[in-house]
Amino acid sequence: MIVGNRKDFGEILEKLGPARRVLVLGCNECVTVCGAGGEREVGVLASELRLCWKKEGETFDVKEHTLERQCDYEYIDQIRGFVNDYDVILSMACGAGVQYVAETYKTKLVLPAVNTTFLGVTIEQGVWSERCQGCGACILDMTAGVCPIARCAKSLLNGPCGGSSGGKCEIDNELDCAWQLIVDRLKEAGRMDRYEEILPVKDWRTGRDGGPRRRVREDMRL
Amino acid sequence: MKTNSGIERILAGGGFVVTSECGPPRGADAEVIRRKGELLRGVVDGVNVTDNQTSVVRMSSLSACVILKGMGLEPILQMVCRDRNRIALQSDILGAAALGINNVLCLSGDHQKFGDHPQGKNVYDMDSVQLIQVVCRMRDEGRFLGGEEVKGRPVMFVGAAENPFADPFEIRALRLGKKVKAGCEFIQTQCIYNIERFSRWMEMVCERGLHERCAVLAGVTPFKSAGMANYMKKNVPGMDVPEEMIARMKGVPKERQAEEGIRICVETIQRVREIPGVRGIHVMAIEWEEKVAEIVKAAGLLPRPETRVGGH
Repeated sequence: MIVGNRKDFGEILEKLGPARRVLVLGCNECVTVCGAGGEREVGVLASELRLCWKKEGETFDVKEHTLERQCDYEYIDQIRGFVNDYDVILSMACGAGVQYVAETYKTKLVLPAVNTTFLGVTIEQGVWSERCQGCGACILDMTAGVCPIARCAKSLLNGPCGGSSGGKCEIDNELDCAWQLIVDRLKEAGRMDRYEEILPVKDWRTGRDGGPRRRVREDMRL
Repeated sequence: MKTNSGIERILAGGGFVVTSECGPPRGADAEVIRRKGELLRGVVDGVNVTDNQTSVVRMSSLSACVILKGMGLEPILQMVCRDRNRIALQSDILGAAALGINNVLCLSGDHQKFGDHPQGKNVYDMDSVQLIQVVCRMRDEGRFLGGEEVKGRPVMFVGAAENPFADPFEIRALRLGKKVKAGCEFIQTQCIYNIERFSRWMEMVCERGLHERCAVLAGVTPFKSAGMANYMKKNVPGMDVPEEMIARMKGVPKERQAEEGIRICVETIQRVREIPGVRGIHVMAIEWEEKVAEIVKAAGLLPRPETRVGGH
């Protein structure tokens, strides 16, 4: 899933400026699972705004609404009936959702309330961890199911750097060294011969370096 | 002999190599390099010039190499993959060769988190193993990574670094094996304090016959003080400083600790020289270049052989 963090209240308030008619728009997908921008977080943020402005004696209208998804037009279209009652849409979706809402309502000011961080997994309640950088050419078959591009701080393809210590990465002793994990798994599988193969320089064209990506499936088009 | 490298020449003749390093200044003052170079003249066979080490902005490695070269020293250009993509790396290799630099050391580079610009974006378009391959291919096959022909091949002696003290230990010799397979001709190790562990690593290197295809230069760094020893043990990732070393440093009064650090360093050189497969020593006296001559002399490694064609 896509993992995000809600922005600090102070930053959100600053971005809102003088706007007091605000539609706080949540998303029921990834940001709900990671507790950054689902219905619950929409409620919390809306309450914070109301409390703040009430204390300052301001007039305001804060509406809470959560869509099934903000990355599909059919859901975004559902707010068309009341979107014009608000100065600002404060989107709590990932960056993709924020942009698609903005593309849909071209004259509306759409602000992000969440920092989108990574593609990852839930480690335990309240803990998420990065797993994929969407490079577009998966090599997990070569690296025992652990991605060094996403999980090695230097994205090294041919083994750990000189800073791997006690299974941890040199940049953060809470962070597992991806290459320690790869080597452990290769050993368990009796496939250390894999480690001795030199992985070639990667072709990054399938990743973001090849320019913004677009995918067309002719067989699925209507 | 593939290249004009003085280091390759000594190794080819079966000699024992001594290298050291020179960290460029955090400014444009060429005098700093000249001063450091002067301290190393006649003392070592090659001088590594670090490439923005610990991710702190410094004068470029290539520029400092050219200054040292102009003084008649033999620079070893360190190149890290952190700051340059494949286009810039290959371009700098061509430039270095054109300026008469005969040696390159291919490194991944420290993460920018440790430097003075932790906000920066890193590159890591390729890693050190792949960089070795790329340089060797440019030199030996006359081809760029992209496949086009190199017109005027960069004739450089290709090296890399290895850390026998990082984890997982059991793959550290295999990792050197990958570098050798990629074409690496000499290796400089991380600073050795745990000689026992270094010996075990060398055994693994020799078992695989890697020492015959790649010259291993054993890295040493003198402690300036007990505080430095402690700092390295606790704060430098991948550094293995045994407790007895710290105790030995702490065991002498502060004003004599530098002397003791040098004594430990010299003893280390003498011990690692005896380990089968070790072809040289790499002295990393961090911002303490003035002590290199003393260390090399005390270790019985002076005078250095004449390597330049025609002499100097």
